[in-house]
Amino acid sequence: MGGDLIGVSMLWAMLIPAGGALVISQLGRWPNLRETVTLVTAGALFVDVMWIADLFSRNGGGGLTLWEIFPGLGLTFTVEPLGLIFALIASGLWIVTSIYAIGYMRAHREVNQTRFYVCFAIALSSAMGVAFAGNMLTLFIFYEVLTLSTYPLVTHAGDDKAKAGGRTYLGILLFTSIVFLLTAVVWTWAVAGTLDFTAGGVLDGKASPGVAAALLVLYVFGVGKAAVMPFHRWLPAAMVAPAPVSALLHAVAVVKAGVFTVLKVAVYIFGIDFLAGVASGRWLMYIAAATVLIASLVAMRQDNLKRRLAYSTISQLSYIVLAAMLATPLAVVGGAMHIAMHAFGKITLFFCAGAIDVALHKKNISDMGGIGRAMPFTMGAFLIASLSIIGLPPLGGLWSKWYIALGALQADEVAMVAVLMISSLLNVAYLLPIPVRAFFGKPANGEAITGLKEAPLPSVLAICFSALGCAFLFFFPEPLYRLAQAILAN
Amino acid sequence: MIASVHFPVLQIVLPLLLAPVCVLLRGARLAWFTALTASWAAFGIAVALLLDVLAGGPISYAVGGWNAPWGIELRVDAANAFVLTIVAGIGAVVMIFARESVEHEIGNARAYLFYATYLLCLAGLLGVTITGDAFNLFVFLEISSLSSYVLISLGKDRRALYAAYQYLILGTIGATFYLIGVGLLYQVTGTLNMLDLAQRLEGQEGLRGVRVAFAFLTVGISLKLALFPLHFWLPNAYAYAPSAVTGFMAATATKVSIYVLLRVFFTIFGVEFSFGQMPLGEILMFLAVAAMFAASTVAIFQNNIKRMLAYSSVAQIGYIVLGIGMASVTGVQAGVLHLFNHALIKGGLFLAMGCIVYRIGSTHIDDLAGLGKRMPWTAAAFVAGGLGLIGIPLTAGFISKWYLVLAALEKGWWWIAVLILLSSLLAVVYVWKVVEQMYLKPAGEGAGRTEAPLGLLVPTWILIIASIWFGIDTRLSAGAALEAAKTLLGAG
Repeated sequence: MGGDLIGVSMLWAMLIPAGGALVISQLGRWPNLRETVTLVTAGALFVDVMWIADLFSRNGGGGLTLWEIFPGLGLTFTVEPLGLIFALIASGLWIVTSIYAIGYMRAHREVNQTRFYVCFAIALSSAMGVAFAGNMLTLFIFYEVLTLSTYPLVTHAGDDKAKAGGRTYLGILLFTSIVFLLTAVVWTWAVAGTLDFTAGGVLDGKASPGVAAALLVLYVFGVGKAAVMPFHRWLPAAMVAPAPVSALLHAVAVVKAGVFTVLKVAVYIFGIDFLAGVASGRWLMYIAAATVLIASLVAMRQDNLKRRLAYSTISQLSYIVLAAMLATPLAVVGGAMHIAMHAFGKITLFFCAGAIDVALHKKNISDMGGIGRAMPFTMGAFLIASLSIIGLPPLGGLWSKWYIALGALQADEVAMVAVLMISSLLNVAYLLPIPVRAFFGKPANGEAITGLKEAPLPSVLAICFSALGCAFLFFFPEPLYRLAQAILAN
Repeated sequence: MIASVHFPVLQIVLPLLLAPVCVLLRGARLAWFTALTASWAAFGIAVALLLDVLAGGPISYAVGGWNAPWGIELRVDAANAFVLTIVAGIGAVVMIFARESVEHEIGNARAYLFYATYLLCLAGLLGVTITGDAFNLFVFLEISSLSSYVLISLGKDRRALYAAYQYLILGTIGATFYLIGVGLLYQVTGTLNMLDLAQRLEGQEGLRGVRVAFAFLTVGISLKLALFPLHFWLPNAYAYAPSAVTGFMAATATKVSIYVLLRVFFTIFGVEFSFGQMPLGEILMFLAVAAMFAASTVAIFQNNIKRMLAYSSVAQIGYIVLGIGMASVTGVQAGVLHLFNHALIKGGLFLAMGCIVYRIGSTHIDDLAGLGKRMPWTAAAFVAGGLGLIGIPLTAGFISKWYLVLAALEKGWWWIAVLILLSSLLAVVYVWKVVEQMYLKPAGEGAGRTEAPLGLLVPTWILIIASIWFGIDTRLSAGAALEAAKTLLGAG
């Protein structure tokens, strides 16, 4: 029975990191063993998700209902291509991030490292729950768990800045999810009588045009993790966290859980045919486009590297929201692919930012002149990842932008194609000066940079790996493309 | 079995008779053991009654063999069997907690007085819930109220005396109003049995006496259940009472009063009169929404965490009353369900505060700094309970909120749904204020790890785990609440 097997493997995808968290919490006194367990857990999770992908490609989808929370509405998990993309990316990059974190956390002499690794594993467990959720209630539950489990990571430093950042983080994410998203979920349940993710959507023919328009607004703004303006401020606030958190969670797992939810709602709750006719879709598309441009402009003015990257993330996330609102098949393919492409690019950039901080104690771009000579690997990777985010060949970022642009043409939205192009230019303007300054610029206040001074070896390895991933995805986008296409096929 | 036939009366008589036994025994340990046995026996009886009712319908018991409407009828149906289980269950858990907490806060010399009054209070609350007679209800109400004045005044802080006095005055006004209402109804109908009253009131709705009785009952009961703005007695009473008393009362006393509200308006007067001819629905909903926002806002500014939780209770009572005010099956179900869920959550939170008082000796927010390190299990219990108050998924609070929002949307009142969710954000603020203090503020000099003893931790966690359990498996809680709602609305 392929269906049963796949259901059980999905359960394992949540249990492995949760069990890992339990074991890690008991190993505080033995850091080497603790990190080994983290790596083994991450590896096991990735193998499990690959196994699910393999089962899915051979036997098709499957599902599992654990129990009913409300009559007729249970904790349900199903596997489908979009969730698979998200799960593969998040679990695969967890391995890379764990390697990176070992170097970073030790070099940085962080306190409470055990709590850090425990919360990280719980966050991954809930990300898997989001990825494999079979209905909107299940997704909402894990979405909230993800918010709460990442709060201790954001406030890791424990100082006043971390506390303030944590307040903004929790405040915005809980506000949007409780007031907008939960209303939307209950309302959908009241209108449609089901919350199952169904091909073609569940609202067609059940929700009046006005209700559908209101629901769409509630969903898009309710998913605060997608950081559509004006609910984006939590993301820069979350940058007080240690670099591995910013890298995996605030460039991959948490933010991608957000845009993933938007795509999922667009495809499986509304259905793209129905969505194309929803009145508010167009306005939300404009808001997403505005977020793309405004966030890029704001990014240009940031001197703190992590903050600049955070605004860049806000901008890139709205690509996916925009793609969802275009509601054409190619745009959905592009949006799904962008989840992966942006993940590899942005995680590399955040790794680099953390590495620079660890090796040279520099946080601001204006101080980064000439550092390329001390950190050639890091800055080389930074350059590659920047080019991928911009969307230039031979890097993976090209493909997803390509398909979103095609999707915009499919929807006759030429203006949106223009937005994408302008945004690419803005990306050039705020990303490329950093490696240029690093390689060709002069060191600030006359300090001489002599000899190699890279971050610890595990961190550099992780950086090189994820940068190579960007290139790999350019030459071999095929499997990803096929998965993305399957979203609308089944 | 002969005993099981007499379960309805044993439910009250057992704690009532064991109360004087506590006084006779004197010893703190013996008195505690007596109270513990009585509480658990009462819980067992309540569960048995609930199962009986869910399986076989309402049970009627004529006290002393005198049949209704002349004698006193004890009547158990889906609605009050559920409330009986909550009250007795919380009482049983709190009694485990009481031994060490009472020893610490009241002292062994006076402990037997505590246990005796506690049993009287329990008997009163169970009596209010189980009786089918409107006047008998008043008698039990007074038993529970008088004993709770005593319980509150046992608090260490001298302000407890003032709080008890305040509660005494307002509680007496409430009870008097209730009595006046019942008197007027007796004048009109000549009966005190609830079902009989309901029957004889049919067609009499136009009488001024009935309407005046309705008004007196509304105000009297609202005072007892601390409906905003008649809540002034509650924050002081909860803040200064001994920890075990606060935990018990917060989870039971107001809840029983809410049950009285349900009984009077749905069973005696009927939905048609209460919500159709009288503007009860509008009044309740307006006051409930006001409670949700005003009391939550006040809670944010409290520095005494017990007081903060007390204001939070006023707000949460708002949610319950809001559901009831909708007078639809889903609405009443949401209200009754939240009555249950909130009893667990708030009971757990107040017991966690009891653990803190035991070790730290203070409930002031400044003294909670670094508690996450000093008392990790207690702090974790507080966080879990706090998440329940906010209504985070996988806690009981989420389930209540879901049904409440669903009920509002079913009626097409989407703005009420938005108000419910907005007000729950205020809970985020007051809960997180404490969380930040416990986890992000280092403890003062020389503060080591001083976790509360197991005797306190275990009952605290029983309630907290129950509040999570009923956020995951809702068949029992939501199912029983649905049965209760159907019974009250006469729809099933």
